[in-house]
Amino acid sequence: MEVFGIPAQAWLGQILLGLMNGSFYAVLSLGLAVIFGLLNIINFNHGALYMLGAFCAWLGLNYLNIGYWWSLLLAPLVVGAFGMVLERTLLRRLYELDHIYGLLLTFGLALIIEGLFRHFFGVAGQPYPVPEALMGATDLGFMVLPTYRAWVVAASLAICLLTWFIIEKTRLGSYLRAGTENAKLVQAFGVNVPLMISLTYGAGVALAAFAGVLAAPVIQISPLMGSNIIIVVFAVVVIGGMGSILGSIMTGLGLGVIEGLTKVVYPEASATILFVIMALVLLLRPAGLFGREA
Amino acid sequence: MQHLTKFAWGAGVVLLLVAPYLGLYPVLLMKILCFALFACAFNLLLGFTGLLSFGHAMFFGSAGYVTGYAMKAWGVTPEIGLLLGTAVAALGGLLVGALAIRRQGIYFAMITLALSQMVFFILLRAPFTGGEDGLQGVPRGWLLGSIDLSNDLAMYYFAVAVFTFGFLAIWRIVNSPFGHILKAIRENEARAVSLGYDASRFKLLAFVLSAALAGLAGALKVLVLGVETLTDAHWHTSGEVVLMTLMGGVGTLLGPVIGASAVVGIQSELADKVGSWVPIIMGVIFVICVLSFRKGIVGELASVLTPSRGREHSEPGVSPSARGSVARLK
Repeated sequence: MEVFGIPAQAWLGQILLGLMNGSFYAVLSLGLAVIFGLLNIINFNHGALYMLGAFCAWLGLNYLNIGYWWSLLLAPLVVGAFGMVLERTLLRRLYELDHIYGLLLTFGLALIIEGLFRHFFGVAGQPYPVPEALMGATDLGFMVLPTYRAWVVAASLAICLLTWFIIEKTRLGSYLRAGTENAKLVQAFGVNVPLMISLTYGAGVALAAFAGVLAAPVIQISPLMGSNIIIVVFAVVVIGGMGSILGSIMTGLGLGVIEGLTKVVYPEASATILFVIMALVLLLRPAGLFGREA
Repeated sequence: MQHLTKFAWGAGVVLLLVAPYLGLYPVLLMKILCFALFACAFNLLLGFTGLLSFGHAMFFGSAGYVTGYAMKAWGVTPEIGLLLGTAVAALGGLLVGALAIRRQGIYFAMITLALSQMVFFILLRAPFTGGEDGLQGVPRGWLLGSIDLSNDLAMYYFAVAVFTFGFLAIWRIVNSPFGHILKAIRENEARAVSLGYDASRFKLLAFVLSAALAGLAGALKVLVLGVETLTDAHWHTSGEVVLMTLMGGVGTLLGPVIGASAVVGIQSELADKVGSWVPIIMGVIFVICVLSFRKGIVGELASVLTPSRGREHSEPGVSPSARGSVARLK
C-alpha cells in the first residue's frame, strides 16, 4: 500500500518515531511550564539536566550496576535534589530582579554542566542497551511496532497525566496554583512558599531527568544532547504557550508527529520545520495556541 | 568627573591608534575590535531598548558568510563586501524582528534563539557555505581598489575606522530623540504607548539597526581572518556576546568594548593552556556576573566615581518594569 508514492509502512514508522520525539518535547516543555508558573524563570539548563539524567542512567549501569528500572526512579531523584540545591543556593538570589537574569544564570549553569561533561566524556555518543523486558517488536499486521518506542510514548503520557492530576486535583496542587496567582497571599495563609518553590523546581528538573533516562536507549548519550533538544523545546513552548498543561502535552506530541512526517515528505526541512511553524503561529496567533499571555 | 571622562576617551583613542606598536598581535586586536562592535550592537538592544536577543549570532554569522562569499566568488572590493553583509543582516533583522517583537520578555529571548537555530541549520545546508568546513581562504582585497589590505597594519587601521564608524553611530542613536524614546520604552512600555509612541515600530527599528551593526561586525571579521565557519552563527556565540555585554556593563557605551576585550583576551590566553576547560570557565564567569556583578566593569566604576547621583537609577541595563513580580515572594 502506498500513499503519495511512499509506502504506508514508512508513514506509520515515522508517525511512531514522531510520537516518541513528541513525548520528549511534551515532558520537557511540561517541566519548563511548571517551573515558569511559580518561579517566572525560563530554565535554560533544562536541556543540560535532561542530559544529566541520561548520564546518571549510563554511569549507574556501567559503574554501580544499577539497571534501567532503578535508574528511571533514581536519576530523577538525584537530578531533582541537585536542582533543589541550585535553587536554594543560586536562583533564590535573583527573585527580586528582572526575569531575564534567571534565564542568564541558568544559561551560565548550562554552559558549566555541558562543559564539564564534554571535558570528561568527549562529544562521542555512548550507547545504552534497551532493557530486556522492552526488547523486540510486535507485528500489528499493518505495521511492526517496536516495544520500546511504544513504552516511551506510554510512560511519557502517564507521567504527564500524573503531573496534571497532582496540579489540578490535589491539595498540594491547589497551593501551587494559588502560589502562581499570588504567592504573597498564599504565604500569609501559612503555606511555606520558599519550600514550595524549591520542591517545584526540583520536580520540574526531575521531569527533565526522567525524559533523559527514557531517551537513553534510543539516542546516543552525549553531552550535546541537551542543548540540541532544548532550543526545539523552546520553539514548542512558544508555539503552545505555557498557560495550560494539557496544551503543552498536545503541542509536544503534535509537533513531534509533524516533524516525523516532514522526514518522509521533505527530509531537508525536518530540522527547520518546527521553527517555521513557530514563525507562522507568531504571525497568526501571537499568544501561542494555548497561551493566555499577550 | 567631566575631565576624567574626557581624559579616558582621549586615552582610549590614542591606545587604539598606537596598539599595534605596543607589541600586541594585530590579528588579535582586530578580532577584539570585531567582537567589540558586535557587543556594542547587541547592547543597543539589551541596554538601551531592554530587549534580550538570544540569537544575535545569526546576523553576525550570516553577514560573515555573505561578505566572504561575495569577496571570494565574485571578487568584489572590501567596501562592497562589507555593505552586502550589512545589508543582508539588516534584512534578516527586519524579518526576525517583526516576528520577535510580537511577544515580550523571555518569550522574545526564546523566539530569537529558535530563529537563530533555524538560520544555523540553513547555513549548514546551503550550497554556498561549505557546510561543516565553512568558507576558507577569503581574500582581503584592495580597499577602494588602491590600498592592499593583506598588509596587517593597513587592515588594522581599516578595522579601527569601521569600528569607530559603528561606535559613533551607536553613540549618535543613543543620544538622539529616537534613543530617548527607546529608553522610555525600556523603562515603561505601557507609559510610552500611552504618550502616543508606537512602541512596536521603535522596537523594530532598534532591532534592525542592531542587526545591521552586528552584521557589519561579522563582515569585518571575515575580512580579518579570511575564514568563516558555523561557530559564528552558533548559539554559543549568541551567549558569548551576552556575556561580553554583561561583564563590561549593560547599558553603558564603553562597557561592551571592555567586556569583549576581556572575553576574547581570556579565551585566546587560555585556549592553549587549558583547552576544554575554557567553556566551563566562561560559564563560571557568566554565573558570577549574573549573581554579583550585574552592573559590569564600567557600571561598577561609574557608581564608585559618582557616589551622589541617584543610586536607584544608576543600575544600567535590563528593564526594571517587570521587576517585583516575584519580589512578592520574599
